[in-house]
Amino acid sequence: MLKRLILALALTLPLPALAVEPAEMLDDPAQEARAREVSKELRCLVCRNENIDDSNASLAKELRLLVRDRITEGDSNEEVIEYVVDRYGEYVLLKPTVTGSNLLLYIAGPAMLLIGFIVAMVYIRGRSRRTDVAADGLSPEEEARLKEIMGGK
Amino acid sequence: MFIELGHFALTLAFAVSLVQMVIPLIGAHKGWSGWMAMAEPAAIAQFLLTGLSFAALTYAFVTSDFSLRIVTANSHTLKPMLYKVSGVWGNHEGSMLLWVLIVTLFGAMAALFGGGLPPSLRARVLAVQSAIGAAFFAFILFTSNPFERLAMPPFDGRDLNPLLQDPGLAFHPPFLYLGYVGLSICFSFAVAALIEGRVDAAWGRWVRPWTLAAWICLTIGIALGSWWAYYELGWGGFWFWDPVENASFMPWLIAAALLHSAIVVEKRESLKSWTILLAIVAFGFSLIGAFITRSGIITSVHAFATDPTRGVFLLLILGVFMGGALTLFAARANAMEAKGVFGLVSRESALVFNNILLAVSAFVVFIGTIWPLVAEMAFDRKLSVGAPFFNMAFTPFMVILGIILPLGAIMPWKRARLGRAVRYLLPAMILAVALGALTWAMQTGRSALGPVGIALGTWLVSGAAMDLWMRAGRGAAGAKLARIARLPRADWGKAVAHSGLGITMIGIAGMMAWQQEDIRVAQIGERFEVGEYGILLDKVERVEGPNYLSTTATVTVWQADEQVATMYPEKRVYPVAAMPTTEAALDNGVLRDVYIAIGDPQDGGGWAIRTYIKPFANWIWAGALIMALGGLLSLSDRRVRVAAGARKERAAAPMPAE
Repeated sequence: MLKRLILALALTLPLPALAVEPAEMLDDPAQEARAREVSKELRCLVCRNENIDDSNASLAKELRLLVRDRITEGDSNEEVIEYVVDRYGEYVLLKPTVTGSNLLLYIAGPAMLLIGFIVAMVYIRGRSRRTDVAADGLSPEEEARLKEIMGGK
Repeated sequence: MFIELGHFALTLAFAVSLVQMVIPLIGAHKGWSGWMAMAEPAAIAQFLLTGLSFAALTYAFVTSDFSLRIVTANSHTLKPMLYKVSGVWGNHEGSMLLWVLIVTLFGAMAALFGGGLPPSLRARVLAVQSAIGAAFFAFILFTSNPFERLAMPPFDGRDLNPLLQDPGLAFHPPFLYLGYVGLSICFSFAVAALIEGRVDAAWGRWVRPWTLAAWICLTIGIALGSWWAYYELGWGGFWFWDPVENASFMPWLIAAALLHSAIVVEKRESLKSWTILLAIVAFGFSLIGAFITRSGIITSVHAFATDPTRGVFLLLILGVFMGGALTLFAARANAMEAKGVFGLVSRESALVFNNILLAVSAFVVFIGTIWPLVAEMAFDRKLSVGAPFFNMAFTPFMVILGIILPLGAIMPWKRARLGRAVRYLLPAMILAVALGALTWAMQTGRSALGPVGIALGTWLVSGAAMDLWMRAGRGAAGAKLARIARLPRADWGKAVAHSGLGITMIGIAGMMAWQQEDIRVAQIGERFEVGEYGILLDKVERVEGPNYLSTTATVTVWQADEQVATMYPEKRVYPVAAMPTTEAALDNGVLRDVYIAIGDPQDGGGWAIRTYIKPFANWIWAGALIMALGGLLSLSDRRVRVAAGARKERAAAPMPAE
């Protein structure tokens, strides 16, 4: 009884879709490959951090179809992305544009690496210069410690 | 009744933690040994009380006690036992209880195994650890009480999110938390050392095993999570650069850096203040991770049901601990003078560069993760930062790290010669370049990713092998092999862990570069080819599982006329949670995985089917496990074990005066 109820319930539920479905694919393999490539750069707006190529959401499907439409119309990959951004805003881009404040995002990593590198070089130079001093003899503390160990003789 | 006992034990543990964070600190300051000594029994009591509380909650889940709010929300009587238990930490409140249980576990372990520590340092470590515990006890009791009852218990529960009902995911959070929270003990050691005003080689030796243990658990936890994502989420992707994944990856990177810099403190008494800073920051990233997951500020697949007051509370914890520790650091860092001297080309310098690369790569992940938030608040731009950005910004760091790693690893301390290191590693270098070139020649018109990954991986693995070979000294091959077998476990651990990194790199590059994909409508009984494999859809049936309904396909995989596998991809519906899931079928192999997912029946007959051939997929997780194994080997090194005993002996029998 309970099982039948569950079964009945289950059949009314939507079944998971398969993201890119066979029916929506383009016949020309080269164009389809381009569509897949473009899709991986675009965010599914209603999903959490998923691109439209991987998403099962219906809005993602609409966007996939839109991308394929533009490609068959003869747009280049960049033109397709521009077209989508014009309509949905830069939120759809998974890789933000390198403009304005976003420059900070792109520069932060390399700048930090450079700073780290400079600081490290200064530190290591400081350490290595001491090598020459230390090679000549013991530091005063080491002398004192040695004396202590040797029994102050 | 048992539930109320659990609730009471939790409250009591909170009280104990409050006492333990104050009394030993005062004791250490004044030099009162009785006040200091109370820290150990208190730490153990805290752990036992929290354990009791956790047991009570587990009991409620196992017996499906639906008078508890979180049991109702996350469990169901029909659920398999494994998932009833894993349901304890499959929700916000329960996972916080697990979190604090691990905080107290590490506190108790530090109390039990900390016999060799100077009493004042041990008292301070346990006090700081207890302060962390107190913060999270307060968080649980005031904002996320797992023991909240329902006035009207329902007949049955609402089931755990079906995506989480999976063996890989059942064990993913405990490992991850052991790692996250394990870093809290490193933090406690760092803060205690700052209060103490002394960091020496001994401190490095005490901190390293803890860091290593936390890092091992974090490695396993991340690998399990990524493996789960591979077969359960998306289409066989293993890493999505999701904010929550990043939240676990940042502490891993920093912990890896800390692991290496603590060696320099231990062996050479240099990089002290940097190591302290890393220990603080590593735990800071763990807290940021907790904040990201639970505040809902950055939404993601994994985020638990979120609530702003919790976010504010966690931000407060983060602010107090990081602010306090960093202020202390600023005040005391100058007091830690470095002792060891070393040349520009030396093991020390190589480890400095290792640290820069790991720390900056963690920084890049951090900036990318919070950028959407920063852009919205500061520049009023609503934007996303996803996988394409991270792949571009993060990968170069790992490539550079991979290139310098074997060179740095064989350099001697103090002063090395680059020419000599290169000469030693020449065979590994030639092998790596040759294999890379061979791969380049074999593939046509594809990216450089594959060959570069193969070359780097080979370089790391063969470089680690050359390192061991070199350590065996001179002589006949047989004698050398015998000596290699007897090398200290720390040396083996290092070689194994570094090879593991190489294997993971090969896996990632191979899978990303050479994956083959096929999407089509397949008719039953009709064979189609994907790469070198023939795929045949035999039948599709409806099957009833314990708490779900499934549409199961039977698919056979052929190579020429030989059948290599039978696979059962499924689509499931979990009626209670009203949620459908896709259960892809996998045929695992050493050199490739075959991955098949079934979709909807088509109008014109047949079923939508997705097939992937994923080369080297398993190498990604195998490499991660090998890395963890390397860590374990290093942790079991004689030096760590014997040193602990030796300290006790020394304390028992003072050396005769000379």
